[in-house]
Amino acid sequence: MTEVKGGSNPYQCSDKTSVLQEARVFNETPVNVKRSTHVLTKILYLLNQGETLGTKEATDVFFAMTKLFQSNDIILRRLVYLGIKELCSVAEDTIIVTSSLTKDMTGREDQYRASAIRALCRITDASMLQAVERYMKQAMVDRTSGVSSAALVSCRHIAQHSPDVVKRWVAEVQEAVHSDNVMVQYHGLGMLYQIRKSDKLAVTKMVSKLISSGMRSPYAICLLIRIVAKLIAEEESSAGERSHLMEFLESMLRHKSEMVVYEAANAVVALSAATTTTTTTTTSRDLVTAISVLQLFLFAAVRTLGKVAMTQPAAVTACNLDLENLLQDVNRSIATLAITTLLKTGSEGSIDRLMRSIAAFLNDISDEFKIVVVEALRSLALQYPRKQALLMGQLADMLRNEGGLAYKEAIASTIITIIEDNPDAKEKGLDHLCEFIEDCEHTTLAVRILHLLGKEGPRTSRPARYIRFIYNRVILEVSFIYNRVILENAAVRAAAVSVLARFGAQCPDLLPNILVLLQRCMLDTEDEVRDRSTYYHAVLSTRDPAIIARCILNPPMYSLSSLERALLSYLSSDTTKAFDASCVPAAPPPAASASLSSAASSITAAISGPEDVTSAVPALQQEKRSVSMHDNSAPVELTESETEYVVRCVKHTFLGHIILQFDCTNTLNDQLLEDVSVVVEEDGSNWQILQTLPCASLPYSCPGTCYVLLAIPEDIMSTTGTFTACLKFQVRDCDPITGEPETEDGYGDDYTLEDIEISVSDHVSAAQRSNFAAAWEELGPGSELEDTFALTSLSSLAEAVTQVTNFLGMQPCDRSEKVPDGKNSHTLYLAGTYRGGQSVLVRAKLALSDGVAMQLTVRSTDPAVSEVIASAVG
Amino acid sequence: MSGLFEPTLYMVKGMAILDSDGNRLLTKYYDPTIFPSVKEEKKFEKQLFNRANAEITMINRLTCVYRSNVDLYFYVIGSSQENELILQSVLNCLYESVSTILRKNVEKRTLLDNLDIIMLAFDEICDGGIPLETDPQVVAQRVSLRVEESPFNDQTVTQVLQSAREQLKWSLLK
Repeated sequence: MTEVKGGSNPYQCSDKTSVLQEARVFNETPVNVKRSTHVLTKILYLLNQGETLGTKEATDVFFAMTKLFQSNDIILRRLVYLGIKELCSVAEDTIIVTSSLTKDMTGREDQYRASAIRALCRITDASMLQAVERYMKQAMVDRTSGVSSAALVSCRHIAQHSPDVVKRWVAEVQEAVHSDNVMVQYHGLGMLYQIRKSDKLAVTKMVSKLISSGMRSPYAICLLIRIVAKLIAEEESSAGERSHLMEFLESMLRHKSEMVVYEAANAVVALSAATTTTTTTTTSRDLVTAISVLQLFLFAAVRTLGKVAMTQPAAVTACNLDLENLLQDVNRSIATLAITTLLKTGSEGSIDRLMRSIAAFLNDISDEFKIVVVEALRSLALQYPRKQALLMGQLADMLRNEGGLAYKEAIASTIITIIEDNPDAKEKGLDHLCEFIEDCEHTTLAVRILHLLGKEGPRTSRPARYIRFIYNRVILEVSFIYNRVILENAAVRAAAVSVLARFGAQCPDLLPNILVLLQRCMLDTEDEVRDRSTYYHAVLSTRDPAIIARCILNPPMYSLSSLERALLSYLSSDTTKAFDASCVPAAPPPAASASLSSAASSITAAISGPEDVTSAVPALQQEKRSVSMHDNSAPVELTESETEYVVRCVKHTFLGHIILQFDCTNTLNDQLLEDVSVVVEEDGSNWQILQTLPCASLPYSCPGTCYVLLAIPEDIMSTTGTFTACLKFQVRDCDPITGEPETEDGYGDDYTLEDIEISVSDHVSAAQRSNFAAAWEELGPGSELEDTFALTSLSSLAEAVTQVTNFLGMQPCDRSEKVPDGKNSHTLYLAGTYRGGQSVLVRAKLALSDGVAMQLTVRSTDPAVSEVIASAVG
Repeated sequence: MSGLFEPTLYMVKGMAILDSDGNRLLTKYYDPTIFPSVKEEKKFEKQLFNRANAEITMINRLTCVYRSNVDLYFYVIGSSQENELILQSVLNCLYESVSTILRKNVEKRTLLDNLDIIMLAFDEICDGGIPLETDPQVVAQRVSLRVEESPFNDQTVTQVLQSAREQLKWSLLK
């Protein structure tokens, strides 16, 4: 190497143009071996560094390179082969070297033959293969293993683009499988499988033959194991064959090569994971053997174990001790995987120890692994409530350390989950979070935590101590402005102001101080912050509990689309009267709307929104303006799912009307239904059926919709009822394939549906009250009704909570839907809005005593509504 | 997760030798679907190098096994489902062959001096993603084309002196 520049790398400073210039040396006669070797190495190095040649450049170099065939220097010749392989994809007319390569591959020099075959197969296309076919066949069974391997591997590459040619060489490939050489055997098997793989029977035959004859090469056995595993997973073979194959896998667990053992264990575990849901191909005994084998070399297997732990943690428990040793491993990814596996399988007693280990290495691992750890901690905390204090401490430590948003968010939401799950952990958790927001650079996270503080803080034993943290959010920003560094942004400050107001509203002894703080916030630079503080200051200054409760604790939450609609219709009508906000329905609670939309999307028939419904029923058009709408209730199935006609009913409640929307599907492919309508009849006579809107035509599997418009009775006490329903239609037989009707006229038919129930919950929509107690006080005892019930059919409090909630169609508040374990009594708070916009609150005191006893207290803005609700239960 | 592999000979996704600054000396990727261009390849190599303390690691859903000596870093890369022990045996072959070729002087300088032979060895170990040979002795023997030459026979006295001086200089600089 003559030129040593650019540090210790003689190739570093060579650039493309100069090297291509140097390539002229290839043309010298006789060949200058030394220079040519050096220049060719340089070219190869450049290509490897990612330099690309244009077609012209590549072709030039390629042709210059062919001149080097004149030299018989082995290294140079081999480098030329390499060059050919590198350039053949770019250069043109590479076919020109075919004859030289063919000569080399059939020559006597073993050093050339293998490499020449591999180079040749890169430049030949399917048509050229014919010419070399004979040589390839010979090479495959050559006694020199290198040549044989080279031929087989090249053959495998060729199979990618012209599989048909390769199929003719099956006899030679088969011979190679029985070669003594480890690699040849492996390449032979790979090739043979490639040829046979589309023919299941041939693969089965090949496998059973190879299993009985036994193979020497560990690589070939690994490949065989994969083929076997695939056969088992495909479940097309008979049970006898399967057990035979399983036996083979099991025997491979005792092979002397670790590689094979690991491969077999992997296959067994993967098979068991894949088949647990369908059939139990792998018995638990197989799994146990595999697990004990994996124990032997956990280092490579710990990741696989992690996967098993997700589905079958008990099976992995045996390795816990080894996993704990792995925690000390210098390789942090392995230690993390080990610890997360342990966290999944570990018992309550080992948590303390694990926590110490986590603390030790947490700083060395990347965020994505940290999140894995946090997720594991979360599930652990829910599993073992008694360890929550410890886990909380750990999480708080983690929160203080460095980390990205995703990581911090995972920790914060884990802490929040713990707080919500366990009231005892609340104060401690809030303390940690408070400390965290002191220097939290993530706006979304800070706002979220502030909001939580506002909800939970006032109800703790000493709310005053949180004020400092919250007010700091406002204050610190101001001082930072002076330093021209804005850390806390306006969103955080605005959130902090709202939270201060909530404290003021709920803690009367703090109120004077909070008013002072809010006054200071009015000096803020940001409009939103000033607006909020002014607003809240004014509201709090009134000292009127009702106003405070309405404006701060339970602000109205309108459904935005409905609000928009109501405002638009207000603008187009008489604007001299004040806008009546009570007719705008409240937004459904987020969780409920999520489940609703998923339910809606899961059914095939599209449920139209309220807009479409009103436009579909003309009778409602004229009174649309005065109408207030409840959100659609979830669809009710009126038929079994596997019947001829499938009908679902969705109820839309309006101020004075209910629209029943029937989504019908015809599942008979030889029938066309026409003039489809649902006839409903009430057993009493309170309800009046105003209009029925049929669906003109219902072809096979296309959903159609028809409607029924009902007037709600004046008497509020008789607004529930049961309706019998019947599907009436004209049938025309039609061709199952084309769907063309075969007859001119249809005949009338009907189909009885299940009864439709209109209950109290159809008149009530769930509403959110972020502070139930305040709302309760606000409504006052004026319209209160109280009654006691014995729910004898229920056996647990949780069951009673769900039943009552569903029956009334209201929203549980203050997380009262969660019944703590081991308690004998519980109080459920429910909030809702009645059809006309009257708000309704329910307090249900439940006690467990030979069934469930319930004391129900209802308050509402309208006494009649209270009565309806109270009488509904029972 | 699907734990079952498609049985195939294509087990190796890439092999790499990097220097102590994480620059590539010799790399080869066999699956064009993983890295569409050189830019992604180099980015991946940086990630690989930065996690160099791990004998085995996972980056971008690829399992990477690693071994180093002095100023050279050897990697073999396979899919995340690949049998790590097979990758390990390929890595072992790569390292041992290089070590044999360089007569145990596994360092950047000697490697670059013998880059042509190393390239040939690379090519002998893995062909387009299929492990071609895993016995380092066999690989070394297949490319040991210079052994029979005496190191001095085609050099003039001045060249020998020159190279001796060079060697001395390098050993002092180190």
